[in-house]
Amino acid sequence: MVVDHLSVTFAALSDPTRRSIVARLTAGPATVMELAAPFSISQQAISKHLAYLENAHLIERQRAGRQNYCAIKPDTIREVADWAEGYRRIWENNFQRLDALLAEMKSEKKLSPKSAKPAVKKRKEHETQ
Amino acid sequence: MKLSDTFKVTTPGDLEIVMARDFDAPPDMIFDALTKPELVRRWLLGPEGWIMPVCEIDLRVGGAWRYGWRNEESGCEFGMHGEYREINRPGRIVHTEFFGEGESLVTSSIAAKGETTTLTMTMRFASRAERDAALETGMADGVAVSYDRLEETLASTASVKGGIE
Repeated sequence: MVVDHLSVTFAALSDPTRRSIVARLTAGPATVMELAAPFSISQQAISKHLAYLENAHLIERQRAGRQNYCAIKPDTIREVADWAEGYRRIWENNFQRLDALLAEMKSEKKLSPKSAKPAVKKRKEHETQ
Repeated sequence: MKLSDTFKVTTPGDLEIVMARDFDAPPDMIFDALTKPELVRRWLLGPEGWIMPVCEIDLRVGGAWRYGWRNEESGCEFGMHGEYREINRPGRIVHTEFFGEGESLVTSSIAAKGETTTLTMTMRFASRAERDAALETGMADGVAVSYDRLEETLASTASVKGGIE
């Protein structure tokens, strides 16, 4: 299922070290040594993180001659982006309608937008239109 | 900066989704828009094409709320319900939210920021799978929105051709 698949992806991205590895790889492939350089943890620990990311299909290992490279898997990253985008779009729609509703409520209450008076808080008016 | 540009969705923890957005209205008014059924059903509609035939709010601690949506074209229905845990007009509302098998605790903070007001909604899920499922729903609907937009475009093209507008 897609949800389970995404859960693995997000579990992999829930760790800050792994996130920064992914961020680094968006700039291009890198060796394990290069990836380990910015962190003060053992190369073995980095390898564990890489295995995690590989398992989640976020990165893949490539071989060039005797060197092992890690590279990003764009499809998975795109899936994550799409997922967040869909959620965002729904709420963007909601909030744009809320903008319109609030504008209407303001004009109904005849609050002058220019007035520097504090918002009416204590006064409880009846809103029986 | 446009208000829509202030919209941010983040997932700061494994179990959380946080949405923040600025609005050009005082906190009181936003509180009303979030808690009065006649106002809620005018904006909390998700993608285009959905209406909200069910919107019941018993605004007191321990009081229940129930929302139900229907897609006018496909007849699809979708619902949520929950209970209010904390009500602090106009700054804070905490409620539980049940949808399908999922459950979350939603905290809405409404804070004045200069002439605008920031609404921050934090959804905390019982498990990561639930959080992901919630976002997954959003993704499916996001696709639906695209189709709706396409239909809209086609419809407006048709009406221009027919000289209706």
